[in-house]
Amino acid sequence: MRIVVRADKCTACGQCLDSCPYSAIEMREGRAFITGECQFCKACLSVCPEGVIVEIADEGRAKGHLEISEYRGVWVFAEQRHGKVATVALELLGAGRRLADELKTDLSAVLFGCSDADARELIGWGADSVYHSGDSVFDHFNDEPYSELLFNLVKEYKPEIVIAGATSIGRSFIPRVAARLKTGLTADCTALEIDKDTGNLLQIRPAFGGNIMATILCPNYRPQIATVRPRVMKKGDYDPARKGQIIEVPIHQLSCRTKVLQTVTEASECMVNLQEAEVIVSGGRGLGDPKGFGMLQELAGLLGGAVGSSRAAVDEGWIPYSHQVGQTGKTVCPKIYIACGISGAVQHLVGMQSSDIIIAINKNPEAPIFNAATYGIVGDLYEVIPLLIKKLKEAKQ
Amino acid sequence: MNIVVCIKQVPNTADVKINPETNTLIREGTQSMINPYDLHAIEAALQIREEVGGTVLAITMGPPQAEEALREVLSMGADEVRLISDRAFAGSDTWATAYTLYKAIERIGYDVILCGKQAIDGDTAQVGPEVAEFLKIPHIAYVKKIEAIDVHLIRVQRMMDDGYDIVESSLPVLLTVVKEINTPRLPSLKGKMAAKKATIARMDFDSLGADIENVGLNGSPTQVKNIFAPPAKFDRQVLQGRLEDQVESLVKELRNLKCV
Repeated sequence: MRIVVRADKCTACGQCLDSCPYSAIEMREGRAFITGECQFCKACLSVCPEGVIVEIADEGRAKGHLEISEYRGVWVFAEQRHGKVATVALELLGAGRRLADELKTDLSAVLFGCSDADARELIGWGADSVYHSGDSVFDHFNDEPYSELLFNLVKEYKPEIVIAGATSIGRSFIPRVAARLKTGLTADCTALEIDKDTGNLLQIRPAFGGNIMATILCPNYRPQIATVRPRVMKKGDYDPARKGQIIEVPIHQLSCRTKVLQTVTEASECMVNLQEAEVIVSGGRGLGDPKGFGMLQELAGLLGGAVGSSRAAVDEGWIPYSHQVGQTGKTVCPKIYIACGISGAVQHLVGMQSSDIIIAINKNPEAPIFNAATYGIVGDLYEVIPLLIKKLKEAKQ
Repeated sequence: MNIVVCIKQVPNTADVKINPETNTLIREGTQSMINPYDLHAIEAALQIREEVGGTVLAITMGPPQAEEALREVLSMGADEVRLISDRAFAGSDTWATAYTLYKAIERIGYDVILCGKQAIDGDTAQVGPEVAEFLKIPHIAYVKKIEAIDVHLIRVQRMMDDGYDIVESSLPVLLTVVKEINTPRLPSLKGKMAAKKATIARMDFDSLGADIENVGLNGSPTQVKNIFAPPAKFDRQVLQGRLEDQVESLVKELRNLKCV
């Protein structure tokens, strides 16, 4: 593939120059020209008002050396931590069920660790079968045995799609599986669809910190592997009567050169897993004081949510880094994100702009956070939030 | 000890803004920089060298101007750098990038390989673990502290979603690091002067002994089908009226959303 400008039709308006994140477009002889630095991101294609920047397919693109039709079925890697299946696994079973039905194929879950009863529950959440190993090697997370066993299972059973949570665990070991299989892996997807014509998986993900969205394909290799952010997909309905099969996976010598000596759960009162929270109340520099977080904590508690923060508040030392949302912190997508005293720098926006509803409370009516907000209140947060807390308490009674 | 650091030159996403009307990407200027997480990887490498001795060699795969990023690493105190650059590598996805880095690192020699947890342009966090798989060595991702290291063994703290794990690994090993691990040092004036004059050694396709089927666009299993602007948020509204009423209508909304 190449990206080219149809030089005869280019009007040299220059709009494409700023659209290129890699600065790979130059003006030469009064025409736009795509240089060798082009990374094929296609950002320029939609920007050109004349529509004269086009993509040209190269002849003879290498094809995968495998028979794609041999690969059938959708798999969900169901991760567990401390013997408890993660919520994201149930969400993925909901999404996987939809994909499998569309492809008229089966949905399987893969569970390393946990009990037989846990494996059975995954059937209730939509799986037709569960590949399960309860071996103690999986009690703690180690990349090598996880990736080796998943690789072996894929080789043996040939699924066409594998999806896993974009969590610390999934994002760490799934790349090893993809590397070894020589197949594509798309990180942090926010939507998955089936291409009606080809049956390929359309993997939609944010890039450039969420400023653009990209649809990624893996047409010539199998399986198509994607990690999906927690809280993006919807769980299906749990049906305890659902029938399915548990396939116990035998373990042979799995190599493991890492060893988990200790696991530390940071159970400070407000250390809720931000990426799984449905409601996040975040504070920024506008709080003016670390004590402000006590008030946010109370609000979060009333809404069953967690407390987040902007980088400014972390840099001030008001709250630990683990709460930071944004480019250099966590990316979150709760149902409701309440930004209190956060101006809304792009680095913060990219970490929370996919939230369903954003509520902004800020003194400055010009703060960019209001551009991203569903609801905005211009006012002093030390007036607004106590009032909000009071009204919520009344509403609860 | 041979310490290798993998870095990437990225567009400065602070320059990237969203056009609120068209919701498309506007880039002002052409600033490039070292991926911020990679600065922490470089600092970690320099600290390991200070503790156990050895050399720090930084590599990057990218276009010729990525040389600038390598000069910056030299000015921070790295011993050597290599620019992995060839037209054949253009358009690489994470698989092809990891393969190319693996072919280069295999030739360089290594005991510890350090990477930033992810690059801020792609945000995939895949290349590090993939390189480890190609090299058939263990890796530990999201490292926030190196507790101990000697020539055989390393013990680190690895961030997890609910806290952290203390993990031990044999060497060689690849680590990806988060910003909590350290504060990157600033280049010294002397370092800057030396870096300016340094010749940047290059590795091209021919020198890697790589398979042409595995590099660049042709070696990439994934393809970008299209890109588009993120869907615009529905109805934005700044609430009006008395503060009391504004808060009241907010509570009503929260109630509709079944949050109360």
